[in-house]
Amino acid sequence: MLFHVSLYASLLVFLAGCAYKIYGWFARKVDTSDVEFSASRRFVLALGGMLGTLFSPRVLVLFKVFLLDVILQRRILKEDVLRWVMHMCIYGGFMLLLLMHALGSLVTANLFEEYASTLNPYFFLRDFFGIVVLVGVAIAVYRRFILGVPRLSTGPMDVYALVILALIMLSGVLLEGVKMTSYSAYDRMVQEYADTDDPSELKALEAYWVHTFGIVSPKPMDSVDSDLLEQGRELHEMSCMACHDAPGWAFSGYLVAKAVRPMALFLDGAGFPDILWYIHFLSCFFGLAYLPFSKMFHIIATPCSLLANAVMDSERSHPANVLTRQVMELDACTRCGTCSLRCSAVPMAEATENRYLLPAEKMAALKDLVSGRKVSDRAREAVMEGVYLCTNCDRCTVVCPSGINLRELWLGVKSRLLETGYSRPFILSPFSYAVSLPGGVSGEGARSRATDRAKEALRHEGGPPGPVSTPLRLGEDRGADALNPVAASSFTYCFGCQACTASCPVVAAYDRPEEALDLLPHQIMCSLALGLVETAAGSRMIWDCLTCYKCQEYCPQLVRIADIFFELKNLAARELEAKAV
Amino acid sequence: MNKYALFLGCNIPARVPQYEKAARAVLDRLGIELVDFRRFKCCGYPMQNVDREAYVLSAAGNLAVAEEAGLDMLVLCKCCYGSLRKARYLIERDENLRRLVDRSLQGRGLRYSGRYEVKHFLSVLYHDVGLDAVRAGITRRFQDLRIAAQYGCHALRPSEITRFDDPIRPRILDELVEATGAVSVDWPMKLECCGAPLLGVNDQVSRELTRKKAADGKRAGAHYLCTACPYCHQQFDSVGRASDLSDGEGQTLSPILYPQLLGLSMGLGEAAVGLETGPNGGSNLLSFLST
Repeated sequence: MLFHVSLYASLLVFLAGCAYKIYGWFARKVDTSDVEFSASRRFVLALGGMLGTLFSPRVLVLFKVFLLDVILQRRILKEDVLRWVMHMCIYGGFMLLLLMHALGSLVTANLFEEYASTLNPYFFLRDFFGIVVLVGVAIAVYRRFILGVPRLSTGPMDVYALVILALIMLSGVLLEGVKMTSYSAYDRMVQEYADTDDPSELKALEAYWVHTFGIVSPKPMDSVDSDLLEQGRELHEMSCMACHDAPGWAFSGYLVAKAVRPMALFLDGAGFPDILWYIHFLSCFFGLAYLPFSKMFHIIATPCSLLANAVMDSERSHPANVLTRQVMELDACTRCGTCSLRCSAVPMAEATENRYLLPAEKMAALKDLVSGRKVSDRAREAVMEGVYLCTNCDRCTVVCPSGINLRELWLGVKSRLLETGYSRPFILSPFSYAVSLPGGVSGEGARSRATDRAKEALRHEGGPPGPVSTPLRLGEDRGADALNPVAASSFTYCFGCQACTASCPVVAAYDRPEEALDLLPHQIMCSLALGLVETAAGSRMIWDCLTCYKCQEYCPQLVRIADIFFELKNLAARELEAKAV
Repeated sequence: MNKYALFLGCNIPARVPQYEKAARAVLDRLGIELVDFRRFKCCGYPMQNVDREAYVLSAAGNLAVAEEAGLDMLVLCKCCYGSLRKARYLIERDENLRRLVDRSLQGRGLRYSGRYEVKHFLSVLYHDVGLDAVRAGITRRFQDLRIAAQYGCHALRPSEITRFDDPIRPRILDELVEATGAVSVDWPMKLECCGAPLLGVNDQVSRELTRKKAADGKRAGAHYLCTACPYCHQQFDSVGRASDLSDGEGQTLSPILYPQLLGLSMGLGEAAVGLETGPNGGSNLLSFLST
């Protein structure tokens, strides 16, 4: 009764949960574009896209990806062999148990007529698959808590996944072991299946089972001789053998049976076989019901992501389908940390102490943002900075075992930021390069508006120069030899020849450069010599510098002009950020 | 020494993979062994504008990884090259920075002493392999092919730091181009910037510089503009095409990566040097090859 009620209840929750999550794929979007489609329209378009693929040659790609990436998990294997072994153990063992054992009456019994869970090979395999899963769980625990795989963060969801798996498997093994010793279970079976009710025959059968199969009987067994056992064996062959192989085949349960032997009668009397049975099936059903809301949902979302990304590309696919895929990808991410491990910006994440530069952290944060969870302004700002301070090397996309197109997510969010008026100082840097390439997602108008805004924010509005809160670090000793290269203080050697300005290609690109750039290179050097650091750091010239280093190369006084510009840019950016806080 | 740690940077694998392909192919022909490191990260270049320390720390990690392997670095991108060279230079001369770097590397079990060099692909060809060996590898020479050599600012300047070539009269790329039989033309804007660093910051100026350079190269009679940097290359390739570099007569100046030019003259096929696709496919180039 409880079994069936809880089974149907959990199945219902599972289905409703999946429906809710999948509805989210069509109803929500990662904020990367203005295009709006209703959930139903997106659903219809997705359906159309899927059918279109199924009836095209691309269906072959789907088959290939399904086999190599979904079933054999090639992408995990490429990254880390131990991790692949772990995942194959858990997923392979679990799937086989699900089909052969949990759905035994539906699947295995229909495929193999003589199926009985206590007959080989099923008897042995059930144990074997369970142990395979447990080995996988053990490797996972080892990787997370002992080996300390870099960039692999362990959250409550990861712990839950391991606990529920371990609970299901261990309760199963214990249940089997305790049942092997259980006299009441034996007694029930005898009453149901034994072809005799002659006490002496029953005694012989029991003697045989106690002796050979490890049943622990409460009755004293005084005279066990070979004749009695022989008679028991014959009865066993008649009544039991058709459904029972020797318990040793179920090796893990058998080991448990051996171990609990001394207290078997107590356990049996206290109802442990039933208790373990409840734990076993209730943990299974809980796992099922909670699956859509847990990390385990990736067993549905990740194959979808792998398959979708194998046949979709942003140029040909319908924009609505791209939106849908992006939300799905957030569910497909398991936070395995592979992207963060390979990310080119790792050292910058460390130096800026913003963990949101790492892709796995960004994915988690995006998931929160998309699902409408409350996120503090500061956290939001850190996430946006993290998205922007990306070198667009595409490594995260190449290595993602879930096949998520992270590249497109970052470019999309970046473009969107520019369109909505994002204007932090670092957008005036090569971080804006990839978005600006042709075919990049961002429109030129929006981009130039954003950069203009940033330049304006950094600009010093004339007026008398005031003291700056952060002193300009111009190297260690201002009086050092001008040849001392690091000393940006080399501006003191400027004698005003204007070779820098004359050689500057940016200055040459304007008809009235002083209007567009505020100060020309030689004027910046003069300003610095006069102590007008703020004026120099507030000129647009420094941000429009190409960093081609012609000025510096051609300066007869070896003033490190372009490097001084870098110092000024750092200073101006720091000042602006300090003001914002 | 003919073994190097190959530093690809971020831009090449994502957007100019043909550079990597062609470079590997010609270096293999010339007996250079390349070692790949997945631990290489960003060179720090994009971070220079806003955070010097983050830039240097990022660069230093790469230098330390190559040092741990006991290898000089071979860098394909000129902006990575300039960035790594400058970081070396700064760490050597700034005590505070040095301490910061040491501390950061220590946490990762690495150290940096500066014993190993950072070299650009072209320098390795010119100095380490040697022009004679490069010439010896050439099996078919280009005829009547006129090339505008694009040096790339961040390798050339500041010369005191980059030590790549003479900043006023550079010759490495010209001589390497001529080794293939092509003519390296004189063009007034040879040492100018391609415009890439301002793309996304000031698109107008960025593209204007690209356009001016392309026009200048064409005026000098060049058929192609030869690059050895992904930024320069993209600037004349996709960016140039999108913003129409054609002069009044509708001619454009397409870029060709130096290892592609060299590879073809070494007898490698178009596919082997990554020229099989793209609008500037090598079919036109092949017509300049002597058979």
